[in-house]
Amino acid sequence: MKVGYPQALLYYKYFPLWERFLGGLGAEVVLSGATTKNTVSMGTIAAESELCLPVKVFYGHLLELKDKVDTIFVPRFVSVEKKSYTCPKFLGLPDMIRSINDELPPLITPKIDLDKGWREYFRTIHELGSNFSSSKRKIFSAYRAGVLALRDYHNQLQAGSTPIEFLEKKKYRKVKKTGLKIGLAGHPYNIYDTYTSMNLIKRLREMGAEVETAEMLDDNIIKREAARLPKKLFWTYEKEVVGTVFHWAHTHSVDGIIYVLSFACGPDSLIQVILEHELRSDTALPMMSLVVDEHSGEAGLITRVEAFVDMLQRKKMAQLC
Amino acid sequence: MLAAFPRMGHIDILLGDLLDRLGIDYLLPPVNSEKTLVLGAKYAPEFSCLPLKLNIGNFIEALELGADTLIMAGGRGPCRFGYYAEIERRILKDAGYDFNMITIEPPSLGFFKFVGPIKKVSGKSIRKIWRALKESFPKARAFDQLEKLVLKTRCYEIKTGATTKAYKKALDVLSKISGPKEVDGYLEEALALVEGVEKNLDRSVLKVGIIGEFFILLDPFANLDIEEWLGIRNVYLERSVYVTDWIGPTANNPVGGVSDTHLAKLAENYLSHFVGGEGLASVGHTIHYANQGFDGIIHLFPFTCMPETIAKTILPSVGRDLDIPIIHFTIDEQTGKAGVATRLEAFLDLLWSRKRQNEKKRLVKSRQLV
Ligand code: SF4
Ligand code: SF4
Repeated sequence: MKVGYPQALLYYKYFPLWERFLGGLGAEVVLSGATTKNTVSMGTIAAESELCLPVKVFYGHLLELKDKVDTIFVPRFVSVEKKSYTCPKFLGLPDMIRSINDELPPLITPKIDLDKGWREYFRTIHELGSNFSSSKRKIFSAYRAGVLALRDYHNQLQAGSTPIEFLEKKKYRKVKKTGLKIGLAGHPYNIYDTYTSMNLIKRLREMGAEVETAEMLDDNIIKREAARLPKKLFWTYEKEVVGTVFHWAHTHSVDGIIYVLSFACGPDSLIQVILEHELRSDTALPMMSLVVDEHSGEAGLITRVEAFVDMLQRKKMAQLC
Repeated sequence: MLAAFPRMGHIDILLGDLLDRLGIDYLLPPVNSEKTLVLGAKYAPEFSCLPLKLNIGNFIEALELGADTLIMAGGRGPCRFGYYAEIERRILKDAGYDFNMITIEPPSLGFFKFVGPIKKVSGKSIRKIWRALKESFPKARAFDQLEKLVLKTRCYEIKTGATTKAYKKALDVLSKISGPKEVDGYLEEALALVEGVEKNLDRSVLKVGIIGEFFILLDPFANLDIEEWLGIRNVYLERSVYVTDWIGPTANNPVGGVSDTHLAKLAENYLSHFVGGEGLASVGHTIHYANQGFDGIIHLFPFTCMPETIAKTILPSVGRDLDIPIIHFTIDEQTGKAGVATRLEAFLDLLWSRKRQNEKKRLVKSRQLV
């Protein structure tokens, strides 16, 4: 059975897990490929105009896949830890997709809701696996292989590789290092999607800056830093962004921060306030917010990023002298 | 200590009554207006939703009037409202204000997080707080019941504006309620005032359901007074959410009349999971109203609202399947009354022509039977 996997949204977080799991059960996992202009325009036409770009991009990937596969994998991520949620858009994703006008192949929509506990989760995994195999043992050994693949992926990321390099085996050209280090914050589907981010990581590297992202940091550090919020943030992925930026703000382990956010993103609109509040003092790290949507122009973005990197470089020189 | 809380429709009735019972001094910031919104939008992030902008505006107005303690509701997500208090505190502190923020979390996050803060500011025992809550609720519910009646009957009034006039008088009557025992008497008197408005019950009216995000639905400024506008144009209205249903401890929605579980069941084929806020209820109510033979649905929500944007994505298929027209309004600080009115007029024209056609069809059918 050919299972379509849209290369968008939480793909950057969990792909190795699901690929190994489904693949281990005999499914042929078909990826939609990197985001292109066509993906975005298809998504933009099919999706409700007020949705955020990442969801429109997901629509685009799904539509690119629909005629090539027997089924498409669209999990419903409700929560990935206790007493938390993901963004509401993830909670409603399969239903939104079903309301698309085009003919779609059947969807596989397991509900991941870890707030309900592991028992419930493993029941979901079993049910999901049952679409492909009737052997419980086979299902769980495939799942275990998936977990190992995910762990390997995380290790690679913590060693400094980016999801693009790992998942798409892309190599970035070696560039001369200037000693500048930039923290890149934001949703993985914004910063790692080469189209949405206009290849930001590659560009920064070409400008001589080393790039650090949340995925390269130790989970425990992020958790500890995020716990400094007086009220726990109930969105897991946004908590990661906050914890990461808090860590940089705290340790000054980067020279500056670029925060990429989606136009009209609900969670981003609030965490932006938290980040700016944290970085408001004169001695704080400089942070630049980049808002991306389907209309953002490449030229404007590059100019802004270049100006920011220049500024950081000058600041660093001044400190060294 | 001088406390203040944000404005949202007549929620001040409930909260004011509660604070009086608890002996907490408070001031009411002015009702939501253009000024409040401009003030709030200046400090709030661009993509935050309208309720946050108005809250900020209210709080600044209250602080300028001398409030030093801000009371705000908390929440556990996944919609943004649950984190508003934290964000508002930061925005106002960064703007240079000095105050104390009290966040009242919903009991589902732990009973103590709910009563603890109230206990701290009021110095009252948990038993007393509980009693105050129980005593304040019935009064607020009476306001909701009155409002519901107004929405249903304004379309029949003979003299335009008579219902609104009677409604104002009736509100004064309800304001006299000082305890649960007095609710029935005054409510009867208030309802009688609205019922007494001269009506033409033979008039043909459109039946429309208003659904969407709670804040927009509950606050007349935020919804551009759409209900009165529609009522005087002969539209019978029902609304998906009322103040006490929204904060009420039960899922029964006694004023609105449809329970949350029933709504989820209705929505199941289109949206099979909650998505925060009223997203699921919006889909459920659309189906409920369609089943009741309503002529159309008006969907209102703030720009960038996550749950309602999801609902907006899904509702067109509901409308198609159940053959009911739905119009959506995304509201932000740039929304103008005139633009909304123009679109609404066209929508009502559509509903009238559909209604006439359906009646003709029915007539032809009954003739054929004869
Ligand atoms: S977190 Fe923001 S960008 Fe991501 S799906 Fe939700 S609204 Fe869209
Ligand atoms: S329901 Fe929508 S508009 Fe209301 S607070 Fe939540 S996200 Fe904002």
